[in-house]
Amino acid sequence: MDEKFKKVAIENSDSIVKMWMGEIHSLKDGNYTSSISDELFESTNREFVNVIFTSIKNAGSPKSVESFSEKIINLGWPLSYIIDGLQVFRRVTVDYILSQSEQVDSAFISSVLRSVDTWVEPLIRQLVNEYSGSWENTVSLQRVALQELSAPLIPVMESITIMPLIGTIDTERAKLIMENLLDGVIKHNSEVVLIDITGVPVVDTMVAHHIIQAAEAVRLIGSTCILVGIRPEIAQTIVNLGIDLGKFPTKSSLKKGFRTALEITNRQVVDIESKEDNMEQMIKSLKGE
Amino acid sequence: MKPQSCVNINKEWDIVGARQLGRDIAKKIGFGTVDQARIATAISELARNIYLYADHGQICFEIIDNMEHKGICMVAIDVGPGIEDIGQVMEDGYSTSGGLGAGLPGVKRLMDEFDLQSEVEKGTRVKAIKWVR
Repeated sequence: MDEKFKKVAIENSDSIVKMWMGEIHSLKDGNYTSSISDELFESTNREFVNVIFTSIKNAGSPKSVESFSEKIINLGWPLSYIIDGLQVFRRVTVDYILSQSEQVDSAFISSVLRSVDTWVEPLIRQLVNEYSGSWENTVSLQRVALQELSAPLIPVMESITIMPLIGTIDTERAKLIMENLLDGVIKHNSEVVLIDITGVPVVDTMVAHHIIQAAEAVRLIGSTCILVGIRPEIAQTIVNLGIDLGKFPTKSSLKKGFRTALEITNRQVVDIESKEDNMEQMIKSLKGE
Repeated sequence: MKPQSCVNINKEWDIVGARQLGRDIAKKIGFGTVDQARIATAISELARNIYLYADHGQICFEIIDNMEHKGICMVAIDVGPGIEDIGQVMEDGYSTSGGLGAGLPGVKRLMDEFDLQSEVEKGTRVKAIKWVR
């Protein structure tokens, strides 16, 4: 039976394609694909229907399906286009085969439905898998990219290191912060570490807790941790929450924190402007004489 | 008159979603940056409690706008294990998860009105309101 239906479908592919095209076009208007140019839509539809038919002829042809799904994904078309396309194909083909047959009873109808389903289902499965595979891939790549950004450590000068934190801190990231901080302190032989939270939108008890733990761990390995970049509103919420950050120094800005770090390491910033003035005066006096 | 929107808390990143929505609503109502930070922090605490202790739950926001005053009301609901001793969790420094234990008492101080109802094995409902001044 199945072979017979297949033969009917393939031999009359032209009329099935025509019906299919008509239905797909009516879907286009006011739907997901309305911003796509007609030529592109037309050519993609042709390719799509060719892929369907080659798949039916060869009882599945992963190669052409793969290249087609890749193309659709690259174009950024929605998954619903593919699902709609295959759904319409199923409907049109069943209608067509039934219209071509003389004696139609319920057993015949169910066998037609079953055959057409076995053609279309593997296609749906493969295309959906390709689609979700590409999403998963994107998500995992972004995850890696985010992780790389999550806890950077910058050795700005000898024995002073800065960790700028930007964005939300979750438990996974808090763990990374702790590890990177301790590794970095040992590796760069830092005496002072500045944790900058200017870019952290909300400091709740969990974030505060992790920062306190990190600072305590840094203290245990013999360095000093300074928390900088505490915005006024964050300071108020920390006070409201009743969190005690008294165990380590805190500063409002990275600039002030850095100055303190220099003091701790017995250094200071000296303006060289006055020297320049002296030089200018010397040159002037030389010129004058 | 009372537009309501809810966020489901199922995973850790949902906390960020809830916070974002709460902050947007607070900004729209006209809270200043300090109060916005307070509201966002309170949402963060409540959402994290749901995530830590109850696994699933919901935070709903409501804009209160009547003759006398304007404000944001948020309700955190879960069907988790519930709280045995409410007096104890409202004490500073009490935590069953090794945290700072400042979450719930902190939320009470961050917000203007605070109401905690809980039944063991049934779930917990926290309602908190902040008024625009």
